[in-house]
Amino acid sequence: MLIFEHSRPNRAAHAQMPAHAADISDLPAHLLRQDVPLLPQASEMDVVRHYTRLSQKNFSIDTQFYPLGSCTMKYNPRACNSLAMLPGFLARHPFAPATTGQGYLASMYELQEMLKDVTGMAGVSLAPMAGAQGEFAGVAMIRAYHDSRGDAARREIIVPNAAHGTNPATAVMCGYTVREIPTDKEGDVDLEALKAAVGPHTAGLMLTNPSTLGVFEKQIQDIQKIVHDAGGLLYYDGANLNAILGRVKPGDMGFDVIHMNLHKTFSTPHGGGGPGAGPVGVATRLLPFMPVPVVTKENNQYRLLVEGDIPATIGRMSANHGNAGVLLRAYIYARMLGAEGMHRVSEFATLNANYLLKELQQAGFDIAFPTRRASHEFIITLKKLKDETGVSAMDFAKRLLDYGYHAPTTYFPMLVPECLLIEPTETESKETLDAFVIAMKTILTEAYATPELVKGAPYTQPVRRLDDVKAARELDLVWRQG
Amino acid sequence: MPFIPHTDEDVTQMLAAIGAPSIDALFDEIPAALRSGKLTQVPEAMTEMEISRLMHERADLDGRQLNFIGAGAYEHHIPAAVWQITTRGEFYSAYTPYQAEASQGTLQLIYEYQTMMASLTGMDVSNASLYDGGSALAEAVLMAVRAHKGAMRVLMPKTVSPLYRAVVRAMVKNQHIELVELDYDPDSGATPVPTADMGDFAALVIPQPNFFGVLEDVDVLTDWAHANGGRVIALTNPTSLALLKAPGQWGAAGADIVVGDGQPLGAPLSNGGPYYGFMTCKQALVRQMPGRIVGRTVDLEGKQGFTLTLQAREQHIRRSKATSNICTNQGLVVTASTIYMSLLGPEGLKRVAATSHANTRSLLAQLCAIPGVTQAFSGYGFHEAVVQLDRPVVPVLAALQAQGILGGHDLSADYPELGNALLICATETKTAADLQRYAQQLSLALSQ
Repeated sequence: MLIFEHSRPNRAAHAQMPAHAADISDLPAHLLRQDVPLLPQASEMDVVRHYTRLSQKNFSIDTQFYPLGSCTMKYNPRACNSLAMLPGFLARHPFAPATTGQGYLASMYELQEMLKDVTGMAGVSLAPMAGAQGEFAGVAMIRAYHDSRGDAARREIIVPNAAHGTNPATAVMCGYTVREIPTDKEGDVDLEALKAAVGPHTAGLMLTNPSTLGVFEKQIQDIQKIVHDAGGLLYYDGANLNAILGRVKPGDMGFDVIHMNLHKTFSTPHGGGGPGAGPVGVATRLLPFMPVPVVTKENNQYRLLVEGDIPATIGRMSANHGNAGVLLRAYIYARMLGAEGMHRVSEFATLNANYLLKELQQAGFDIAFPTRRASHEFIITLKKLKDETGVSAMDFAKRLLDYGYHAPTTYFPMLVPECLLIEPTETESKETLDAFVIAMKTILTEAYATPELVKGAPYTQPVRRLDDVKAARELDLVWRQG
Repeated sequence: MPFIPHTDEDVTQMLAAIGAPSIDALFDEIPAALRSGKLTQVPEAMTEMEISRLMHERADLDGRQLNFIGAGAYEHHIPAAVWQITTRGEFYSAYTPYQAEASQGTLQLIYEYQTMMASLTGMDVSNASLYDGGSALAEAVLMAVRAHKGAMRVLMPKTVSPLYRAVVRAMVKNQHIELVELDYDPDSGATPVPTADMGDFAALVIPQPNFFGVLEDVDVLTDWAHANGGRVIALTNPTSLALLKAPGQWGAAGADIVVGDGQPLGAPLSNGGPYYGFMTCKQALVRQMPGRIVGRTVDLEGKQGFTLTLQAREQHIRRSKATSNICTNQGLVVTASTIYMSLLGPEGLKRVAATSHANTRSLLAQLCAIPGVTQAFSGYGFHEAVVQLDRPVVPVLAALQAQGILGGHDLSADYPELGNALLICATETKTAADLQRYAQQLSLALSQ
């Protein structure tokens, strides 16, 4: 039932609105609204019950294991939320003077410093509001750098074919053309193809390391040299930073610019699709181009550096200081981890992934890159199963929902047929992983014995499998009365 | 170890299963030279009790003043239920609803949100939200240029927030789009219909209310843009739409795309974020719209259900040919907004808008009665206004701040032509005593 179907004329949550209707007779009639907008007319309890019930139709980290590759669905500590929502933080207006926000700004300054350390970069801007915006800022800085040197011929960004879709989409938004290069059998970048691709037209290379194939790019030092020798810059997509946190710094690998997904590595909530936070880190030569604002400390006072302070900035990604409340959650998480805890993140994320890989391999699953170590995630391919039974990776994923597990990432990266990309994260216990392996084995058995059962999954969710074709062909995006 | 459940026994068993001698050995594919040393800028771990103490101390430093700043972020009462339900783990810690069957809660909520926003703005369809108002305006500019398939110019009044204009510039800079700024009438504070030939343009942006709180002549501007071959991008404050004519009804044909910041609908000021950008549009433009969209469909058994749809526009499918690189929406803030709108309903939102407007009007009258304070514009306003002082704004604001009052947003840097101008706003959260206190303190500050 939709909230609108709970609606009754003249019912309202009276305690939540101003007690009286104020006089607006000064507003000119021709600019006033004549119709009544379609908002629910419901009591407070109607609304509370409706949305509480809706929440119960969701899978979430708080209720289920989420081995969703490339998404780092780790536990979101509760203290990060409650402390970021203290009244002093929530009440502060973004245009209020810096003197009224020293608590917030101090936290942000320290977050910048910690992120510089873990990434090995010279500067960090917290402004971008999500990974894709961080990418945009990063590529825009690459472009600003080349343009500032009069190096206008560099108009091409190289991305491996395993890259996230945001990489090529971002390059295009920055006015670049995109060249994709292949991946070799081991899951590494094809070095010969890279050498052939670079030249005076190369603006840069965007790379995720460990890659989306779940393996560490072993030849990173060679790649770094090839791109830099050609005059290009190296962009680090921080989607998989959790795998190397406190272990390897992207700056040490030679990257010039990186974005981080704080909603992955720094455990801020995914919130059903956002808000995220995508800070960027830069090497020294890109410092002049950082997106504003950036927090600075002068005479023990904190303030935001804006356009006048960083004259060559690529500009503003948001009207204010990005997703400030999300940044606070990341700060609190980082302080609770501490230096030692940060080193442990990548260690235990990697331990969990390699353990799960081994257990699933023993259970009869095909590993996409069996000769490689898993990083914090790995890929299994169900191609053989699909050929033999008709059960696809999608079917398998949907059946997992019936066993109380969120599905791994399916059909990404696109290079591996019928793939499941599995990332357990460091916050899951051995018992959870063992129980997951049993569910996977059970479904594998089901797929051979009763493939139709698996193809019809899920059965235990609020709805059975949905008709996506109908959704796209007969668009129904808003409810209409009657 | 914080947030890691492993016992020593677990580690031993897991390494044995893997066949590795140590956790370190699991990193053996990483060149040894790249191994980083100890983090030096990350302090030692704090317990929850310790970080709690620190954050309380810091929060106590912040946000304790009586606030009369608006300028794009507005202090409204947020019912207690809004964030209590929003931060339930099932909403808070859920992923993007790609697995539709296991995400019906989030998906249905977004469908309800889309319905509310489409109705509020008078448009046919809505997306699931963008990052914030500024970036939503930038996406609208890109969308209008895509849809026009020819003109690369967009007309941008100076009465659009200077920060929003800065975001748009940063985001479209590398795509050969020309932003033509339109002046405002110095008497009314509204944007006059351009009299010069503007050439081919993809869209005219119309802010309503504009950054000065002044109401633009939206019908005339909309008809002019359409008559000259451009589309209309409406930039609105969603609270105002409970009172003001929906952009879908502007002029003869209505606006084509509507964007704005959803913050006033249930998001706290919170140092500027997270907020969200909303975007609605006419049906004909739906395939040009960026961002996630939820549709209603049926399952195998014919039962109603909800799913992300039109994903072929998006970067994870279309890659370099996508409508935008955007991936996330601001789901959690949209959750809060949907609950906020449901609690307030049409009458409640109207009362919030009307009370805010009446409070600002009352404050404006009290301030303009003070010698040295004048109202800057003659145009009709909504819930925000510009006053001019007889002396520089900065020291006056400092004097007010010393009395615990944030007196407004200083316009002198962005609009030097307005002199000592201050943008003020009093929402429904201010009492008559608050307004009086501000007027008294301003009077004192100006008598020094």
